[in-house]
Amino acid sequence: MSTDAIAMPGTELASRPIVARLHEWVVTVDHKRLGILYIIYALVFLVIAGIEATVIRIQLIRPHNNFVSPQVFNRLFTMHGTTMIFFVAMPVLFGFANYLIPLMIGARDMAFPRLNAFSFWMTAFGGLLLYFSLVGANGLYGAGNAPDVGWFAYAPLTSQTFSVGHSTDFWTLALLVSGFGSIGTAINIVATVLCMRCPGMTLAKMPLFAWLNLVMAGLVILAVSPLTAAQIMLLVDRYLGGHFFDTQAGGSAVIWMHFFWIFGHPEVYVLILPAFAFASEIIPVFSRKPIFGYSVMVGATVAIGFISMSVWAHHMFTVGMGANANTFFVLSTMAIAVPTGIKIFNWLATMWGGKIEFKTPMLFCVAFLFQFLVAGLTGVMLSAAPFDWQLGNSYFVVAHFHYVIVGGILFSLFGAFYYWFPKMSGMMYSETLGKLHFWLFLVGFHLTFDFMHIPGLLGMPRRIYTYEPGRGWDIWNLIVTVGVFFQALGILIFVANLLWSYFRGTVAGHDPWDAWTLEWSTTSPPPVYNFASIPAVKSRRPLWDLKHPNDPDWNYE
Amino acid sequence: MNGTSMPVAEQRIEWAPPARGRVGMSALIAAEAAIFTIFVVAYLFYVGKSLTGPMPKDVLSVPVFYTICLLSSSLTIHLAAKALRRGSVRSFGIFWFVTIVLGAAFLCGTAAEWHRLIYQEGLTISTNLFGTTYYSLVGLHGFHVVVGLLSLSLVMALTLLGHVRSEHAERVDVLSLYWHFVDAVWIVVFTVVYVIGR
Repeated sequence: MSTDAIAMPGTELASRPIVARLHEWVVTVDHKRLGILYIIYALVFLVIAGIEATVIRIQLIRPHNNFVSPQVFNRLFTMHGTTMIFFVAMPVLFGFANYLIPLMIGARDMAFPRLNAFSFWMTAFGGLLLYFSLVGANGLYGAGNAPDVGWFAYAPLTSQTFSVGHSTDFWTLALLVSGFGSIGTAINIVATVLCMRCPGMTLAKMPLFAWLNLVMAGLVILAVSPLTAAQIMLLVDRYLGGHFFDTQAGGSAVIWMHFFWIFGHPEVYVLILPAFAFASEIIPVFSRKPIFGYSVMVGATVAIGFISMSVWAHHMFTVGMGANANTFFVLSTMAIAVPTGIKIFNWLATMWGGKIEFKTPMLFCVAFLFQFLVAGLTGVMLSAAPFDWQLGNSYFVVAHFHYVIVGGILFSLFGAFYYWFPKMSGMMYSETLGKLHFWLFLVGFHLTFDFMHIPGLLGMPRRIYTYEPGRGWDIWNLIVTVGVFFQALGILIFVANLLWSYFRGTVAGHDPWDAWTLEWSTTSPPPVYNFASIPAVKSRRPLWDLKHPNDPDWNYE
Repeated sequence: MNGTSMPVAEQRIEWAPPARGRVGMSALIAAEAAIFTIFVVAYLFYVGKSLTGPMPKDVLSVPVFYTICLLSSSLTIHLAAKALRRGSVRSFGIFWFVTIVLGAAFLCGTAAEWHRLIYQEGLTISTNLFGTTYYSLVGLHGFHVVVGLLSLSLVMALTLLGHVRSEHAERVDVLSLYWHFVDAVWIVVFTVVYVIGR
């Protein structure tokens, strides 16, 4: 199935043997094909990590459950977190950036096409390396097969003493290798956005999508590199007998936390900025209005980029950093809510007075707006250090960051899937199935993650294998697990919709949404060279200018 | 509307976006700088925290000569790039070769220092915290020197085979950016390891 699904532009290729067609995908340097490879790769891992989450939730559905063993449970939450962040969220967002940025800025490819291919395959092999631990990391001495040290792998759990065997090595190497891929793609995005814009597209006339991904790429460069450095140190400790994180020799376990979260918190913004980028393209088109406050949106994005580099230690309030450090990180964390709030107001103001069409992408974006607001509010709650001392490492925190990642990023991402599917495949998806997916997933999401806050408030710690009955946690855990099945059903319908539409759908045409950015001016799917002649633009909405020659945007900008 | 209608310029637009090589290399340098920052922070954090000897003040000597070699190679690579822009491939080749020799001399200096530390002072990467941080930081920098030297040697080989001409000046400039970065990092590493850390 997948081999057919990836042979998209395929009429002239259809007669060729399948091996030759696959070979073209392996050696491709075309940004559109690499984008689709990124997306398909991420969807495969989404299913794997989703199954892991489902097993975790089945284990927690009732007290004293024995669905999996405690050892397997540790491996499951480690693999679920690592896979979702590094091999689902980042690749899928890179995939969209790869596919869309050159089309949106009127270029024929990324700045460095071969670096692009190199980066994709590094990321791909990183994911395979992580899962190869199931085969390659021997389970001698009860150390287990898959990594089981949690996705942030605190020292000294990762030392040779406590992590015998090779599972932690596979975890480290997988992140190191995929980190090189991420940095390569980020360099490529920065160079593409700055150097490949078509004539007339000044920075102030770029689509917000390009702006947000530019800031995202800058964050990847500055945030993934510290993770790379920390992984090198961990390798030195594990293989060469170093003492970076070895408290027995004067090393520090806390410095690993700092290094990990210097990566870890900007990473959240690496993931949410592309989600903002999708919303900033989809909401105006379905509100039939230009984006409200373009320059403020850009300013807020850059501000988020800067502030996000100085909030990491709010993950460490419970470590006991002292009053000064706590105060600084409380204030900086609260400060980042300001530019984020500005963005939410701008999206609302874009919708205000607009002629809103509730197509599936818009539904997902509206849900994204409200859910991301709630996620941000629990974030501000947790940024207060005393509140965090009470609820740090509880299910309240788990609910908070899943609200960000699922309620914010994943909803916006589904919107992007439906919005650009006609461009990527040339086919229109089924609106009925899309809406069914939306409502099922919305109900499932709220069943799972709204109710997950409550056991957290009642004191249920994260990462516990099971719990005693009679603590008031039982009913909430049951509801949370029931919600997972709604979400899984929604995802099944989503995949079925894409496959069915690809093979049996109606032809979408090049501009089904009457949209305004350059990708909609070329055919669906776009030819290898994207644009027969390089376009030139005079405003932020070049296709509006083209469709309304009597009232072009550049009269007002 | 059909698929081929596209906004095109009615008249010529003045358009000169920045060169992608320079931007790409600057972004790579930013990423590398972030990696070095973490190693430098770790080094500074662990200064004086070793539980056992040898301590830096007992075993480290300041490598003045090799530092001068590396830093002056920044000047020679600058002169080489300038010569190529002028179109003088011959003096480009000479300055480029001198750059490689100076870089190699620096590596020899590091090798000699490591040999002395390992065999005379008994300091290895697993001896104590100082050893771990010292060999990691200096080794990471040395690794970058090696990568730089390999790239420079590739260009040298292409020069000797007659493939480098003045129209490649822009690319040579991009590579020399990397080499300047490696030199600049050494100034930081030198300050941290031999001045503050001793």
